[in-house]
Amino acid sequence: MDAQSSAVGTVAKTESATAVLLRFTPQPEHVRTARLVAVAHARRVGVEAGLLDEVRLAVGEACSRAVGLHQRHCPGEPVVVVLDAVDESDSASGADRFVVTVADKVSGAVPGPRDGAGAPVADGDAEAATGEPDEEELDDAEMGLAVLTGLVDDLDITSGPDGGSVRMGWPVKDF
Amino acid sequence: MDLKLETRDENGRTIVKVGGEIDVYTAPKLREQLVELVGAGKYHLIVDMEDVDFLDSTGLGVLVGGLKRVRAHDGSLRLVCTQERILKIFRITGLTKVFPISDSVEQAVTAVD
Repeated sequence: MDAQSSAVGTVAKTESATAVLLRFTPQPEHVRTARLVAVAHARRVGVEAGLLDEVRLAVGEACSRAVGLHQRHCPGEPVVVVLDAVDESDSASGADRFVVTVADKVSGAVPGPRDGAGAPVADGDAEAATGEPDEEELDDAEMGLAVLTGLVDDLDITSGPDGGSVRMGWPVKDF
Repeated sequence: MDLKLETRDENGRTIVKVGGEIDVYTAPKLREQLVELVGAGKYHLIVDMEDVDFLDSTGLGVLVGGLKRVRAHDGSLRLVCTQERILKIFRITGLTKVFPISDSVEQAVTAVD
């Protein structure tokens, strides 16, 4: 399995036939595209208008975080975003949550309180040794997590040996 | 959408009018502008955010960096913002306690920091 299909596979396990999948090189300019697509899809699946600003900001923050991690540690790997409407309550009445998952390929990147967000804790990371983020980048990353946690009620940030993910959910009406 | 920046001096303050989206892509341009102003001896800044459509944590980081820079010279950085969706981000991060925020440029120019 090549790097890209592996990255997609990380988040594609739960994806439905209605999912939208974005895969982009870790360039800051692509984060806006991801925000625009996320809001368009959220609107289409029935997320109420009052939550769209929250979706836009949260997806932007999660993508910015992933782009920062990839630029420092694996610039050749794409960032993967899956946008999906899912039936989390198994009510059989259709999708009730709009779920966005932003996946990165950096292991151990969930920060501790003042570790510096996005700083991998894995040993033997050669790029980490040469590409330490400066203080402002760390502040930005911490601020990004502060915004995400303050903004999104349904938020799950995970990390594993193959990378991490930020999963966010919002209620859907009239899907 | 590109970031629009205009600066002018008024009543001993330098007003930076920002328009467009401040995000991970455009924030470096704002950072550069603030660094340039401080380098030119402009230590009392007003950042007018009324035409900002989007602000993320990268933009917040740039503003915090600007505040640190002017404070190092006993200066000030005041924001002008009345947009609820932008103010919400400052509230979430607790930065409403860090930045003085005015409702208008006129109010900011005459405010005492």
